[in-house]
Amino acid sequence: MRHGVARFVTGFLALPVALYLFYVVWPFAQAAGYSLTSWGGYSDKQEFVGLDNYVRLFSDELIRKAFWHNVFFLVTVPLFTIALALFLAFLLNVGGREDRAGIRGIFGSGIYKVIFFFPQVLSLVVIAVMWQQIYRSDGQGLINGLLIKVGLVDADNPIAFTADPEPFLGVPAVLWWLLLIAVWSGAGFYMVLFSAAMQSIPKDIYEAAILDGAGRFHTFFRITLPLLRDTISVAWVYLGFIALDMYALVFVMTPSQGGPNHASEIFASVLNFTAFQKGQFGYACAMGVSLAIFTILLAALQLRITRRERIEY
Amino acid sequence: MSVTPEHPADLSRRTLLRRAAAAGLLVTPAAGLLSACAGSEPSKSDDSGAAKSKDNPFGLKDGSAVKVVIFNGGLGDQWAKEDKTVFNAKHAGVTVNMSSTQKIKTEEQPKMSTQPSDLVMNSGADMMDISTLVNEGAIEPLDDLLAAPAWDGEGTVADTLLPGTVEDGTFQGKFFVVNVAYTVWGNWYNGALFTKEGWEPPKTFDEFFALAPKIKAKGIAPYVHDAVHGYYPRWALMATIWKSAGRQVVIDIDNLKENAWKADGVLPALQAWEKLVKDKLLLPGNLNHTQSQQAWLDGKAAFIQVGTWLKNEMAATIPPGFEMKLSDYWGLGATDKAPKDVFAGAGEGLVVPSKAPNKAAAKEFLRAVLSKSGSTKFAELTKSLASTKGSGDGVQDSALSTANELMKNAPKDLIKAKFFDFYADLDKESQNLSEELMAGRLNAQQFVDKMQAAADKVAKDSSIKKQTRA
Repeated sequence: MRHGVARFVTGFLALPVALYLFYVVWPFAQAAGYSLTSWGGYSDKQEFVGLDNYVRLFSDELIRKAFWHNVFFLVTVPLFTIALALFLAFLLNVGGREDRAGIRGIFGSGIYKVIFFFPQVLSLVVIAVMWQQIYRSDGQGLINGLLIKVGLVDADNPIAFTADPEPFLGVPAVLWWLLLIAVWSGAGFYMVLFSAAMQSIPKDIYEAAILDGAGRFHTFFRITLPLLRDTISVAWVYLGFIALDMYALVFVMTPSQGGPNHASEIFASVLNFTAFQKGQFGYACAMGVSLAIFTILLAALQLRITRRERIEY
Repeated sequence: MSVTPEHPADLSRRTLLRRAAAAGLLVTPAAGLLSACAGSEPSKSDDSGAAKSKDNPFGLKDGSAVKVVIFNGGLGDQWAKEDKTVFNAKHAGVTVNMSSTQKIKTEEQPKMSTQPSDLVMNSGADMMDISTLVNEGAIEPLDDLLAAPAWDGEGTVADTLLPGTVEDGTFQGKFFVVNVAYTVWGNWYNGALFTKEGWEPPKTFDEFFALAPKIKAKGIAPYVHDAVHGYYPRWALMATIWKSAGRQVVIDIDNLKENAWKADGVLPALQAWEKLVKDKLLLPGNLNHTQSQQAWLDGKAAFIQVGTWLKNEMAATIPPGFEMKLSDYWGLGATDKAPKDVFAGAGEGLVVPSKAPNKAAAKEFLRAVLSKSGSTKFAELTKSLASTKGSGDGVQDSALSTANELMKNAPKDLIKAKFFDFYADLDKESQNLSEELMAGRLNAQQFVDKMQAAADKVAKDSSIKKQTRA
């Protein structure tokens, strides 16, 4: 009988595992292989160069710049997205007044949930095209148009948004404008995720706290946040992946894809340029492999740091 | 790409891999960055042909098929369908499988080392880097096409082409790329507006700077350009450099000659543009190509610099009474070394991959594209000149006729810079610096210094294959 079950399970698993190995793992392995060659991408000549491509990465100024821009997103995207998502989720679930039915969200929270989640159902390209209109750098742009009408912005000197390389807090302004889009489009999903987690926290814990005289501030920081630790930790890892990518936004939103003058260059945009414009697929694969290793290490580290005793409830 | 094997027994590992790769694209779009580098193994091509004759100079086999991929961008793809008719009139037995796309590199690059299409129009934002294609031996030299008899007319194919067409398709001494569209660049203005106001289109920057206050007084910005794609302003900067410093200086720049950017005439040319920016003669805002072109059509700016595809690109929104006219790029005046040279050239290149299964048919199709009947249709449909002589003779249109006129008065030398086709690093740097100069964040001297530094870096880098032009 047990023997039969094993065969049954194997039969079902074999195909998906084979597909996964072939379509996902094998291309990754191939990329790792190419990263040791000086392949140009169009011929069948692949000269083996050992670890040269990886050594070159360390002296590449553009890659270093791109790396720090990715680090900027790595810190800010999860931080701001999670903060905003938590704040919204708290308001929508336990932020309202308490009555006989117990703790509830603020008035109209159902509608807000739909509105905040909405960016998640749009494709990233649709979002980018929409924000191009919002960020348009003349009087026809949504923000510039309004501010010029109100008189806050000079029509001869409109806000440049993603074409602005001037540093703000030491980071090119274009990266802050991209961050705003990333946070706006990501917060809704994590709000729903955190809402689900919050709803699984027993209401009586809140009621007990309120009876003891805890205000909203204390209920949030003493109850909600500690009990959401696991969910937030997972969200942090996911958002870290998104922050290390950011390719679509940079590609669609910035001048000369990574501009102006390299001010928004990230790992993926340099990789794209190296592979497809410069025709150095070997070197580009080395970048991809390095990014993959960096991502995996980061995820492992993140999960390790946040691992703690689970609180049962 | 057809993934069906000729015989069931042919379902080799290679075919299987190809199918797998095709399916893989559908299954795992997110595998993204890593697997973008992956490819598969090469295949052999069957190129044994039939007898060659004047009507069939490449020995095209009857009953064969040819796969043609057309870039469906500003020029559309209807002209290519007309060429298919021209082709089939002579070769009814050959099947033309034509498809059109905007994603040339995405769709064709993965197939280049295995089983590519026979004829690929390598154009648009998503095009394959041409010098890489040449360096990797991925495309076929087409010198025999130039020597072949013209499809419908006297002489060889080469005899029918406009000046610059052969040079524009030549890399490392061989002719690789058949550019089908002939483009003229310059400063566009609205003829109707200029007549009404009594303005004369300027020939030099000094004349422009004199006219600018009058334009500004009417509430119109004197100039607008695409500030998002660096290669737009770069055309204008290179045209002024050529006019001011002369042909040899630009050739030296292309050949990475020492201190080429510091030659006489380069700095003053860039200073003219610097002045245009500093004097606030640009329409505010960083607009892209269609936004800036629309702003110009809406009468917000007097001049815009772009090529002759403009009319076709903006066809849907040209206001009634608007008279699109092209004038030459401005020079600096008396000191100019080549004031009359025009910025023009053949673009929208068709290439034949080296591993294409039916190269004879691909070359024969190119002969049909360059035929009289084919190119007349091309000019008619695209409102752009074809790279064969006399394609625009029958077309009535102010944009096309001003371009024609400019070409008639042009000397034989065409303004042409090649360093950005030769070296991807210089391409990127020059685009970025052009944007910076036009945004007022860089002055002319800094532009020269930075370009010289970038050129020196490429010259010293032994891993970059050098190219030269004469």
